[in-house]
Amino acid sequence: MADTAAPATTGAGRRIAFARLRDLALIPAIIVIAIVGQLVSPVFLRGDNLINVLQTMSEIAILVLAQTLVLIVKKMDLSLESTVGLAPGIAAWLTVPVGAGHGLGLLPGGWSVPITLAVGVLVGVINALFIIRFGLNGFIVTLGMLIVLRGILTGVSGGQTFFRLPKSMLYLGTAEWLGLPASVWLCLLLFAAGIVVLGFTSFGRSLYAIGGNVDAAKAAGIRTDRVLWIVIVTASLLAALSGLLLSGRLASVASAQGNGYIFTVFAAAVIGGISLNGGKGTMFGAFTGILLLFMIQNVLTLAGVPAQWIGALNGTIILIALALSRVTGGKAQD
Amino acid sequence: MVAAPPVVEATGVTKRYGSTVALHDAAIRIEQGQTHALVGRNGAGKSTLVSVLTGLQAPDEGTIAFGGEPAPKLTDRDGWRQRVACVYQKSTIIPDLTVAENLFLNRHDHGRSGLISWRSVRRKAKELLDTWSVDVDVRLPAGDLDVEQRQFVEIARALSFGARFIILDEPTAQLDAAAIARLFRRITELQQQGVTFLFISHHLQEVYEICDTVTVFRDARHVLTAPVGELPRADLVAAMTGEVAVETGAARRAPAVHSAPVLELTNASLAGTYEDVSFRVHAGEVVGLAGAASSGRVEIAETIAGLRAADGGVVEIAGTRPRPGSVPAALKAGVGFVPQDRHHQGYVAQMSIADNGTLTIPDRLGRAGFIDGRRRDGFARDMIGRLAIKTPGPELPVSGLSGGNQQKVVMARALANDPGLLVMINPTAGVDVRSKEFLLGKVEEIAESGAGVLIASDELDDLRLCDRVLVVFQGRVVAEIPRGWHDHRLVAAMEGVDLDG
Repeated sequence: MADTAAPATTGAGRRIAFARLRDLALIPAIIVIAIVGQLVSPVFLRGDNLINVLQTMSEIAILVLAQTLVLIVKKMDLSLESTVGLAPGIAAWLTVPVGAGHGLGLLPGGWSVPITLAVGVLVGVINALFIIRFGLNGFIVTLGMLIVLRGILTGVSGGQTFFRLPKSMLYLGTAEWLGLPASVWLCLLLFAAGIVVLGFTSFGRSLYAIGGNVDAAKAAGIRTDRVLWIVIVTASLLAALSGLLLSGRLASVASAQGNGYIFTVFAAAVIGGISLNGGKGTMFGAFTGILLLFMIQNVLTLAGVPAQWIGALNGTIILIALALSRVTGGKAQD
Repeated sequence: MVAAPPVVEATGVTKRYGSTVALHDAAIRIEQGQTHALVGRNGAGKSTLVSVLTGLQAPDEGTIAFGGEPAPKLTDRDGWRQRVACVYQKSTIIPDLTVAENLFLNRHDHGRSGLISWRSVRRKAKELLDTWSVDVDVRLPAGDLDVEQRQFVEIARALSFGARFIILDEPTAQLDAAAIARLFRRITELQQQGVTFLFISHHLQEVYEICDTVTVFRDARHVLTAPVGELPRADLVAAMTGEVAVETGAARRAPAVHSAPVLELTNASLAGTYEDVSFRVHAGEVVGLAGAASSGRVEIAETIAGLRAADGGVVEIAGTRPRPGSVPAALKAGVGFVPQDRHHQGYVAQMSIADNGTLTIPDRLGRAGFIDGRRRDGFARDMIGRLAIKTPGPELPVSGLSGGNQQKVVMARALANDPGLLVMINPTAGVDVRSKEFLLGKVEEIAESGAGVLIASDELDDLRLCDRVLVVFQGRVVAEIPRGWHDHRLVAAMEGVDLDG
């Protein structure tokens, strides 16, 4: 018995070490990009450029965080990108004075932030109703919501952009705390909270249990429907927050705000090791995924790649990154 | 000892699903510290009894008592978990989480900060596994465990809830001989520590090896409960099969033994499933391939049909050797195939009878890959007539048919290319009596028309019409039984019991 156990344990040790490494799989890639970036342009590693990278990615990173929660419980939420536009859009519509800003001016500016977040919660509740209460397929439901929400924003704005947003709406997107943009702080704090919640709370672990084997989760006494409700509503709320930061930074709400984000969000999550089949991946991995994508984009911009080609290169990079993470992950991607 | 109430006692349990009676006035009584065997053929009601005993389903009638007290309410999951646990064949662990986390899922240890203390979760998991001497690293993802380790972990988890009564549902089905020996040693040890087991198995050998008492179910009813030592094997097999008189298929022309073989299998092996299998099927002959669910008979049949490739050996069909593991090659060589599970492999439910029935012969339906709808429907009408499929027309989706008629469509598909060899796995599973008779009659007709037929099944009625039955046990052909066998003899051979020994 003893002699058979010995090799098994060392093999096990290696597997455990590997499982931990998986979480850090993108770190070498990030270091390589940093070196390449520095060679391309000495500006790359300067503090203000790095802050610039973090700030431009902060809104979409929050979407990645939201999508990660949803993916771990084996659902999908495509409508997040429309919520990014709709939530601040509705707030601006109701609070921006009549005139050049295209608003109705029905409510004082102080209402804008609560309205933004409330719209996020409402969208989440509708999604959850369809997916959990009526048992519809999450992909199709949120695809429908994606189109409906985008249409509502286009409808209320008449296809125009809201300007002259109230001060409270601009604050988070423009303020600096301790020398760093508030949106960078928020993004980093939310990811830190996400890492703790997913890794060290019963609630967080129940997400993995549900995504991995929902029957086993039920058998272990987890109230699966309640957890799913919380996850779906939280994801929409985070999307609204992300929209708030974006509108604040741009000082406007375009009717196409957030359009096309969801593809980058999915790519970042999968590159970061989140499984589309649920139950797998960490918040830290998701963060490295979106960070890697934005660093590469920044390097391309610094290298003077013509803007017309950025799209094609972006897509290529996503495919290469997926292939690389498949190689480092060792298993077929799901 | 005598005064102690039974660990579990079920009385007068009846459970119906629609018009099917899954359990009829069944009873079982399991005493403290026993290892109690539950045996019965497929459909005897074993699984239903397990789901009633574990509180997954409420019986329609009857009562369950644990240690003399009535069972908790169905919604009281914790109550049930403290009394009984079942280690199913299908795993109830979450593969991506570690062993430690699986053991303490939703009852993690929290540190002072309110966050999970992984260190103490791991320590408690290690203590738990050490207590029951399970040698598994708790930091491993549970998906990396092999079947044996997983079972031990699931048993330990059950014990950690306080349950001292554990149901093992065919625990040996996926284990090799050495692992089975270790499992039995573990069961004996735990039994000495006061754990009671209900052991469900298809292998009667194992029942005699480790069980004290055996209960037999047949046709949803309790047949007998007896101490294992006082029940000869022949009687046990008889109790499982019932007192059905021996009936052989209607007298049929003797098969032409000297006719050319349409199938010749030579020394075929597939690691982990079957080994060194050789046999022939002649034109006009019906050969049965009998064996329990995990015996390897299904895999042998699938190898012939091209669904799997053997690691070694030769499959020769009507003198040709189709490329191994290629269904088109097997089809071309003249194999018609009725797969094991019609819902998964047999038909596409939303497609019409005509489309399903002609899936294997697209080249006969028109030129250059186009399908001539009229010709297809002609083929289909022909089949509907030949196989007496009850349908208003060939355009009806297969999902709208009854089970028996769906199976006829699968059969039609297998026959569409006029096969020289018909391979069928469980051809009458889930089919009503009338369709069953019809299908089996059709098989005889096909054999008489000169094709060879191979039936891989554990259903005695399917095998009755075979000219000879090859019995597969643990991946090897262990016996060849000519037509006219006694039920008991075939069942004993399938269960790996030697009645003469």
